[in-house]
This record gives sequence, C-alpha cells and structure tokens, in this order.
Amino acid sequence: MISRRDFLKYTVKGAAGLAVPLAAIEIVNPKKILADSQGIGKTRWVFLVDTYKCVGCGFCVKACKIENEIPYDANVTRTWVERYVNTKDGRLFADTPKGARDGFTTNKIDLGLGKFQDVKNEDIRRSFFVPKLCNQCENPPCVQVCPVGATYQTPDGVVLVDRTWCIGCGYCIMGCPYGVRFFHPKYHTAEKCNFCYHRISKGLKTACVQACPFGARMIGNIKDPNDPVTKIVTTERVGILKSEYGTKPQVYYIGLDEEVR
Amino acid sequence: MVHGEIWTLKELFVLPNEYIYWSIQIVMYPFMTGLVAGAFVLSSLYHVFGIKELKDIARFALVFSFALLFAAPMPIVLHLQHPFRGINVMMTPHFTSAIAAFGIVFFSYGAIVASELWFLYRKHFVESALALREKQDKSLYENILYLVFCALTLGVTDISQEALHKDEKAIKTLAGIGIPVACFLHGYAGFIFGSVKANALWMTPLMPVIFIMSAVVSGIALCMLTYIITMELRKFLMGIKKAHAVGFQTKEDLKSVEINVIRMTAKYLLFFLIAAISLELLDLIFRGYTAVKSWDVLRSVIYGRDFAAIFLFQYGLGNAVPFILFLLPGLTLRRAVVGVLLVLFGVFMMRYNVVIGGQAFSLTFMGYMHYELPIIPHDWETLKEGLFGALGIFVMPFVLFWVLSHIFPIFNYEESH
Repeated sequence: MISRRDFLKYTVKGAAGLAVPLAAIEIVNPKKILADSQGIGKTRWVFLVDTYKCVGCGFCVKACKIENEIPYDANVTRTWVERYVNTKDGRLFADTPKGARDGFTTNKIDLGLGKFQDVKNEDIRRSFFVPKLCNQCENPPCVQVCPVGATYQTPDGVVLVDRTWCIGCGYCIMGCPYGVRFFHPKYHTAEKCNFCYHRISKGLKTACVQACPFGARMIGNIKDPNDPVTKIVTTERVGILKSEYGTKPQVYYIGLDEEVR
Repeated sequence: MVHGEIWTLKELFVLPNEYIYWSIQIVMYPFMTGLVAGAFVLSSLYHVFGIKELKDIARFALVFSFALLFAAPMPIVLHLQHPFRGINVMMTPHFTSAIAAFGIVFFSYGAIVASELWFLYRKHFVESALALREKQDKSLYENILYLVFCALTLGVTDISQEALHKDEKAIKTLAGIGIPVACFLHGYAGFIFGSVKANALWMTPLMPVIFIMSAVVSGIALCMLTYIITMELRKFLMGIKKAHAVGFQTKEDLKSVEINVIRMTAKYLLFFLIAAISLELLDLIFRGYTAVKSWDVLRSVIYGRDFAAIFLFQYGLGNAVPFILFLLPGLTLRRAVVGVLLVLFGVFMMRYNVVIGGQAFSLTFMGYMHYELPIIPHDWETLKEGLFGALGIFVMPFVLFWVLSHIFPIFNYEESH
C-alpha cells in the first residue's frame, strides 16, 4: 500500500519528469523549423483582377473546371464571370449563365426560371464583366465555422479543404459571404477555389491565369515587393469585395464598381 | 446532380454555387431540440420551483424529453453529406465553430436528464427487479425485463426513507442545473444561425433568445398534446375494461385532473408565447427601422414572397389564433387540443421561415431562390431530405416514448417526488 506522502512525491516527480520532454517540444517547434527551411512566412498569395480587360469569354471557367476536375456539366464552379448591364432607363441587370463557362455570346440576360431579357445595344448605358473566385480571406469565416477543422488556412494564406475529413454539414457554404463554396458532385465534400494550390506551390500560374487571353487575371505574392501584382496593389487604386464583413479578402480588383455584388 | 439543385429554383441574379443547401432536415433540427428543451423546462417548473399543479405533467414531460433527446440529432445525421463521419465532430472538435460544441452540450444534457430520471425511478427499478426475481416461471419478456431492471438499479437496492429523501434532493439539484443546460442546448442552436454573418436574415444576437422562447412554447405544447392523448386513451381503455386505475378511482376523477393540469400548463404556455412573439416582432421592427443594405431584399421576401408563410401561417394561424383560444375563459379540452396543434404548427413555421427564408434570397441581394420540398422520393437524397424524412423524424420520439414508458411508468405510479 502506497502512503499518501509517497503518492504525492511520485506525482510531483512524474509531473516534473513529463514537463522536460514537453518543454523540448516547445524549444524544438516542428512548425517553426519547417517554416524556416521552406521559406514559409515569405509568401502570401493574392490575386489581382483587372475588370477593364475582361471580355467574358469564359476561358478561365473552362480551364478551371478541367484542371480541378469539377464535372464539366455540373451547375457549380470554382470560378465564374458575372456580367453587369446598366440600361439608359436606369435599370441594372446582372447574370452569370452556367458561371459563364461558355462565355457571353448574346445580349439576352438570364433571369432564371428559363426566362431571358433581351437588351438592345442602343439601350445599354454601360456594361462590364467581373470574374469571381475565392478571396482567400485573411480572416476566413469558412475556417471559423468548420466544426471538425476540415478546412484550414495554409501559412501562405490559401484556404484548403481536407476531403477525407469533411463531414458535409454545409456550414462553411453558409458562412461564405461570396458564395464560392459548394458540395463537390462526386466527393460530396465542401469544395472551393484554392488558387490551384498544386500549381502555384510548384511555381506555376493558376489554370485561370494561364487560360486568360487578355491578362485580366494575375496571381502574385504580396510579401515580395518586386512582384508585379504587389506593385499594382500597393501603388494603384484597387478595390475588394464586401469589405463590410470583415473577412479581409485577398482578391483585388481594378475597376470595381458599387454595383458589383 | 449537384446537392440542392433538385429542390432549388433560381430567379434573377443568383450566384452559380448558391442553392438551398440547408433544407427540411435543418428545419427539423431546431424544431426537435426546441421540443427537448421545452419539455425539460416544463418538468423543472415542478421539480425546482415546486409548482404543485404541474406535478402530474412533470414526470411525463421528463420522460418525453428523454425520448425526444434521442431524436434531436437525427435530422443532422440525415442532412450530412457524410453521415458516418459525423463522429469527427467529437474526435477533432474545432472550437471556433458553434457546431463543434454539439457533442459536449448534447451529452452533458443527456447525462443530466438520464441521471434525473434514474433518481426519479430508482425505487421503481428496485421494486420491479426484486418482484421479478421472486417470480417463478418467468416468460421471455419478463426475463428480459428482469435483466433490464437489474441493470438499471446499478447495484443499489437501498430504498429506505432516508435514501429516497436523498434522491429527492438530487432530483431538485439536477433539475436546477438542467434548466440552464437545456436553454444552452437550444440557445446554441440559435447561435448557429445567429452568428452567420454572411446571412442577412439570420444574423442577429436575438436569435438564441428567440429560439429559446419558442422552444419552451413548442415543448409545453407538445407535452400538453401528448398528455391529453394518453389521458384520453386511458379513459377509453377504462371504458372498455371497466377496471379501476390505481391512482384515480373513476373516469370523472381522471377528467377533472386532466382539465386542471391542462388549464394550469396553458398559462405557462401563454407566458412564453408572449415573450417569443415580442422578441420576434422586435427583431422585425428593428430591421425595418434601421433599414441597412440588406433590408430591400429582406423586405421583398418578408412582405412579398413569404408573406403567407410568415404572417398568415406563422403569426396568424400559429400565434394569434391559439393566443385567443387560450385567453378565452373556460378552456375546454377540445379547444386546448386545437390550440396546441396550432402552436406547434406556428413554431414549426417559424423554424421554416428562418431556415428556408434565410436562403430565399441570393448573396447578390438581386435574386431569389424558391424551395420545393421533395414529396415523392425517387432517390436516397429526396427520401432523407424530403417530406418522408421529416415525418420519420417527427414520429421517432413518439415511438421511443412508447418504448420508454415500459421502463419508466408515467401514470399509476404512487410514489412521486
């Protein structure tokens, strides 16, 4: 039978003994070592969209679907292009049929429920296209609300989804103010744009940037002062989407308008 | 087909990935947890605050709350795209998410209800186990019952007056702790919605409080309804068998007890109903008065597209009509049944209008989504997230209640705390 005094003695010794290896883990922080060896902390991926250059061809959407294996005919997409049309009588129309996968080829505005509105060229006051994708927010609400930690932010700022751990509750889809998330038709897990993380981490451009014939899309590292994207973002006037949500989005827009949702 | 596409109709400018992802089962989830919390609060009114008039319904409500508790997480399981991974919430809870607390809240609440029930029925377990032990030539059913009761005693057979007195104390304490936990269980369901900043209709700090109030309303209403149904059944059976019940002598006695309990409970129902409606109206008025960016689209949904669902069904049929029915003097059983059915319908519509209504408009504030509930199932998804899935969830607690009532006798039980 162990006495109370001995019991307390052993407890203290045991706790002290355990504290030594635990302290070692703090001194030798694996995360920090990895970061130092791989240059993590020197990269923060951001995106730049020049809306003046976008013509709504939809090549980016096509390229994205193929690159990231989103079923081609499924009505979901990681990136899409929106069309905004202001008429001379003060009305605003906007649409994105099939995410603009096939481009905008007619003047007919998609009103949903199979209805279309034909807007004549002479009635248009102005019209423009806005490509959309995940904003890889600095303060991502989707990561905050995931109950199992299946979606997370990488040290270089990209938000990823672990398809093997996602339970498919849809809370992240509800939490995203930009509507970039959906359920993958095949894997039935949350799905989103990840700036083609498999490409950018190897020094390649994203599929959409590669496919854009007009250079409307650019990806860059905001922590690199010589990066062309950094130069534009820091020296020119750029906008972000829905700043009121406090998500600190990292997709910057040239030529953003108040009408853009 | 993409999840959600089958029951979503898009109109005007809606983003390509937007669908009604949270459908009927997410309507059922707060509805069911609301019933759990409400039933528990009703039972605690007697155990904690000693409201004697509610003694008869208190025990009933507690057993019912336990039955409902098992049904409460089922809608979520049916909703998940990967139901078998649901356990991940407890394996790797990510505590910045409101849903991550589910396992902890749910199980601590379950533990409280289970232990309160155990203390309440301990004497019954011991007596039943001892009686069955004495009995010769037990049938298979009796053998099973014997094993169940033996297990339920947890090896404690002391039912002296002193021990029972301690039990009573424990029940009171547990019921006291249970009230805030029950409110938390449901308030947190409200928090899941209220904290979604991307959703203009959901985001309000009032959401958890509104959910708790309407939860208590629905819980009391369902207990009243089930109470009336079981009492009527007993009267009916008495009429057939001409037998005497243990607790009550005649059919008339039973009837007078029934109407007294119902009249008393109805008063508490009214109190919580007033609180719930006031908060909901406050929320609506505040939105209209402050009229922030999202108000234009919200107004068109609330006063336009969903007008019938909100003002006719929820506030009118579900709140105003039962309110008048209960306020009119001389409440009869028939009127009470109509009243509680309407209250339950009203609370269900409130959940529906919050969950589906919150997804009725696009993030662009320039488009709308219509929800079409799948009625005839043609695949697994339309079965579990359709009318039949929802009905199954609603029926489940009644079946469980019937099973549980074999172990926890609800009526004719003399020793009562």
